[in-house]
Amino acid sequence: MKKRIMAIMLAALCALSLCACGGKDSGSTASSDAAFTTVTDGVLTMATNAYFPPYEYYEGSEIVGIDAEIAKAVADKLGLTLKIEDMEFDSIITAVSTGKADMGLAGMTVTEERKQNVNFSDTYATGVQVVIVPEGSDIKTVDDLQGKKIGVQLSTTGDIYCCDDFGTENVEEYNKGNDAVMALISGKIDAVVIDNEPAKSYVAANEGLVILDTEYVTEEYAAALNKENTALLDAINGALKELKEDGTLDSIIAKYIPAE
Amino acid sequence: MNGLIEKFTQDFIVDDRWKFITKGLGVTLEVTALALVFGVIIGLIIGIIRCAHDQQNANERRGVKGAILNFLNLICQLYVTVIRGTPALVQLLIMYFIILVSAQSKVMVAVVTFSINSGAYVAEIFRGGIMSIDKGQMEAGRSLGLNYVQTMTYTIIPQAMKACLPALANELITLLKETSICGYIGLNELTRGGDIIRGTTFDALLPLFCVAIIYLVIVMLLSYLMSLIERRLRKSDNR
Repeated sequence: MKKRIMAIMLAALCALSLCACGGKDSGSTASSDAAFTTVTDGVLTMATNAYFPPYEYYEGSEIVGIDAEIAKAVADKLGLTLKIEDMEFDSIITAVSTGKADMGLAGMTVTEERKQNVNFSDTYATGVQVVIVPEGSDIKTVDDLQGKKIGVQLSTTGDIYCCDDFGTENVEEYNKGNDAVMALISGKIDAVVIDNEPAKSYVAANEGLVILDTEYVTEEYAAALNKENTALLDAINGALKELKEDGTLDSIIAKYIPAE
Repeated sequence: MNGLIEKFTQDFIVDDRWKFITKGLGVTLEVTALALVFGVIIGLIIGIIRCAHDQQNANERRGVKGAILNFLNLICQLYVTVIRGTPALVQLLIMYFIILVSAQSKVMVAVVTFSINSGAYVAEIFRGGIMSIDKGQMEAGRSLGLNYVQTMTYTIIPQAMKACLPALANELITLLKETSICGYIGLNELTRGGDIIRGTTFDALLPLFCVAIIYLVIVMLLSYLMSLIERRLRKSDNR
């Protein structure tokens, strides 16, 4: 009788372990275009970190912004529906390279390290790394950052540059850009290095903060794609080119970043 | 005071932001409930295997059954060691980025992770419970003509359940709070709901306290329910 109960348990264990392996079959079958494949059939899955206004942020329960609209326009061109996945910024490259998402679009700058894990599309926007400080701070230029506590968002280019230029012991890495800004407001750190556009939104939303006039680094944003999926890379580059030529790209950017 | 009211409006009323909290609460409860059910099933199976192995006499150990039990016991021990020895967050990330790569539903990834995680702890709780029941109970059941399964279901498990209920309640509470790490894989549960509000309004105080109070209230409710069940089970003790 003991044998029988063991058999039942073994069967149950096997069933459970099978369940764990099951998951959903990756829909890597050819999509309508047949030239490229996506993670889910007919859907363009975009990985982003929606705390980066005006590129991506929550408005109600919707994720909106420049990247979200560009992705929508690209998906329309390719005949796909867009699905946006919000995650930590440092998870985006992993999500793209492990095949959880088709493309990472998160105001992401092209760097050599990132290129080793993903392919980048053509650039669609330029970004500038700037420094946010409290009003009346003794930090007047980028050089004054030497020896100060600098807050950055984990794995962003601001993080990479600051660690190189000012030493890792002076850089505090936060999961989200606005966590760094909150730490700045409460005086835990002396400055925040982050992309220009979100910096403007942060300064607008919080009193007593200013952006330094001197720019830290200029860089180019691009979409990150899976290394093996070159067909999708070509398709997205084609769509971006068309959007650039017919002025859609400019009008989307102009909608969120008013000309000064 | 006015500032607080304004902040409250900004945090919860504007753009229907309270929906992040309510929807997040739903996801948290869903993950916890499903993980609890599967965790208890896994835990019960493993707990029984471990006890069946440990409670054999020297004669039984040498037989074929003993060999099978030895093997199963080894697997169970490995499972408990690995799962208890690694942080739940790491397990969640491994599950999301490596094992269940093609899974579309994040809730499913969370449920699978927390079921397996909780199962290891529940297994040890059940093992403790079953081992605490006197050997004589099994002997009595078997000599009355009940078989192993019957003795287990009608005599041992009910008593063991009563003994391990407080520890099980503890595990349930831990499980509920542990689901707050799901934000790492971008699952919008309760904690992340508060986090999203914090990200949009730059106000840390209200969203964090709101989330904390909700967890506290749920845990208090659970403790109350558990005390009711315990009282019901104790009824037969004082006659």
